[in-house]
Amino acid sequence: MGVKNFNPNEQLPYITTTREAVLAWGRKNSLWPMPFGTACCAIEFMGVVSSVFDISRFGAELVRFSPRQSDLLIVAGTITYKMGPILKQIYDQMSDPKWVISMGVCASSGGFYNNYCTMQGIDHIIPVDVYIAGCPPRPEAILDAVLKIQEKIENPHKTPPAQFQVKEPKFDY
Amino acid sequence: MNNQNLIETIKIKHIEDIINYYEEYGYLNVVIKPESIRNIISYLKTDEDLKFEMLVDLVSIDYSQFPEKKPGRFGLAYHLKSITHNHRVAIRVYLPEENPEIDSIHDFYKNANWLEREAWDQMGIKFKGHPNLKRILNHKEFVGHPLRKDYPIDRRQWLSEPDDLMDEMEKRLKEKGIIR
Repeated sequence: MGVKNFNPNEQLPYITTTREAVLAWGRKNSLWPMPFGTACCAIEFMGVVSSVFDISRFGAELVRFSPRQSDLLIVAGTITYKMGPILKQIYDQMSDPKWVISMGVCASSGGFYNNYCTMQGIDHIIPVDVYIAGCPPRPEAILDAVLKIQEKIENPHKTPPAQFQVKEPKFDY
Repeated sequence: MNNQNLIETIKIKHIEDIINYYEEYGYLNVVIKPESIRNIISYLKTDEDLKFEMLVDLVSIDYSQFPEKKPGRFGLAYHLKSITHNHRVAIRVYLPEENPEIDSIHDFYKNANWLEREAWDQMGIKFKGHPNLKRILNHKEFVGHPLRKDYPIDRRQWLSEPDDLMDEMEKRLKEKGIIR
């Protein structure tokens, strides 16, 4: 979006844009997150929401605990196989368009839980837009992930830089 | 009551149920026969001088790779504590590799219900007479018992639909008179 054509002879200035750009502008500045907190990352997320780090500077402060009212799923914590179908159900209940942040190393790859009960990354069951490293991540990293989601909403067809490109995950089951 | 008095009090009535006993770190361990667990536990709980009102923990152990030879592959340790007299004891039993089975003590201690379910789930020890012996930590489609030494630690099993816990919940709601 931007001032594409400004005619000084007209009385009122006007801008031209596309419908998609206006929608994306609205969406990116009013993300409603749904925290799926299962472990200590959820505590860290509380720190991001409250006043010192203040996620509301980026328009994503309206934390909803209903998947039907939110469009940003933040998976914060270890996901076990027993929890897997519940996470999938929550993701399916969110209405489109929706984005997913995999917060912390447990949600992204299983972390150090290399055992019989922990899912080795939530991308086995739901698509993920942004992964955050850290155990738990610093609040700045979460704010950075929100900014990355905003970038993605604004330019949905832009490919990330080469070092951040991830191949489609391939699983052996 | 110190450990010497404790074992003598237990010995008065149950000398034939006790295999041996020893003291470790100032903590009395009594090894008993598996078939007499209910007799011993009810005696320990109700006797006026013993009064073990609290089951602190129920631990199951797989001795298959233990350096020391044990009478059976599996072990169970019932850690008991008396709040009145402030003394503790550990009751130990050894169970064979094929069909490890023991009587349930859920009617003496309420928390034994879940502790026995955990021992069944993780170690595969059956408790005869348990009202609801099903998995508690692992999901319902899980095959095998993961804390056994022969279960590979990275064998992962998928769950296709969420566990339904309403069967337990409804029973408790009925008990409390919230639903009919």
